[in-house]
Amino acid sequence: MKDNLKEKQKKGMIRDLIILGVILIITVILLSVFPDRKGAVISTSWDFFIEMMLILPAVMVILGLFTVWVTKDIVVKYLGITSGIKGIIIAIILGALPTGPLYIAFPMSSALLEKGAKISNIIVFLSAWACIKIPQEMMELQFLGGQFMLLRLILTIIFVIIMGISIEKIIEWDDKKPSISIGV
Amino acid sequence: MNITVIIINSIAIIGLIIAFIVSKEKAIKSLKIASKSFFKMLPMIFIIILAIGLLLGFVPPDQISRFVGEQSGIGGVVLIGIVGALMHIPALISFPLAASLLEGGASITAVAAFITTLTMIGTITLPLEIKELGKKMALLRNGLSFVIAIIIALIMGAIL
Repeated sequence: MKDNLKEKQKKGMIRDLIILGVILIITVILLSVFPDRKGAVISTSWDFFIEMMLILPAVMVILGLFTVWVTKDIVVKYLGITSGIKGIIIAIILGALPTGPLYIAFPMSSALLEKGAKISNIIVFLSAWACIKIPQEMMELQFLGGQFMLLRLILTIIFVIIMGISIEKIIEWDDKKPSISIGV
Repeated sequence: MNITVIIINSIAIIGLIIAFIVSKEKAIKSLKIASKSFFKMLPMIFIIILAIGLLLGFVPPDQISRFVGEQSGIGGVVLIGIVGALMHIPALISFPLAASLLEGGASITAVAAFITTLTMIGTITLPLEIKELGKKMALLRNGLSFVIAIIIALIMGAIL
């Protein structure tokens, strides 16, 4: 499993480097055909590069700290024992903590469901993990501004909760009528 | 240097200092994870930066806004939502890309749809999600995520 993962990451890295090579060639060709655009392209890229470098290392450090201190066991422990409104709030908070990529959240969720965790909580947890992560919110604040970030955060939380409850209801309803399973 | 940069860097530095006081070993491990994640992302960072430069340098704003601007309507929003759902770039560096789209004439709605589907929906991780949680739950989650992403985007466009 771990070797498999490493293999995949290596492949991803190679793919990224190939894409980078291609886009570099495209950039060089375009800029030599249209030298008048050189200034605009380089200064735009440079500005974004600087802005990213001012913030990304710090975001990565915060991510590293959380990954080490908030272990998978802690997440599983707290998510497994709570229900109701409290359960949903905890699912959002635990999902938002930067504890790793989305693919490690799936086996965790599956184990929690087997242990009897509510479907709505797991959906909220997964969605929070995917799109309410603290490092993401920091980048969003930096690049899209506080108003955009806050409004999207609030709306996402509201709709993710609605979605979690709906999916729970749909699955419960569907499980009750196995004969007309629509096969989704 | 803006206030966000200062705050986030301060949090990182203070966090690190506390970490070193609590456990030197764990703090070093955190730093290792941080640098590994950073370097793993580096090629993608350069890809995005070049793409942003080309996008803003070559594509005129009226072209961007024709497809994903105010006047492109719901079609443009759904289109960029699909692009976001299919794209596989780290969420962290999708925000500069989103900012460049905004700068280049895309609407708030389009950018919100892009970011939300990009982060919420994982087409690459979908097989794993199906394996772990079952077809029903995985497809429902990804499918409904697309719908709510579009709703969130439309509300954001209406408010901002």
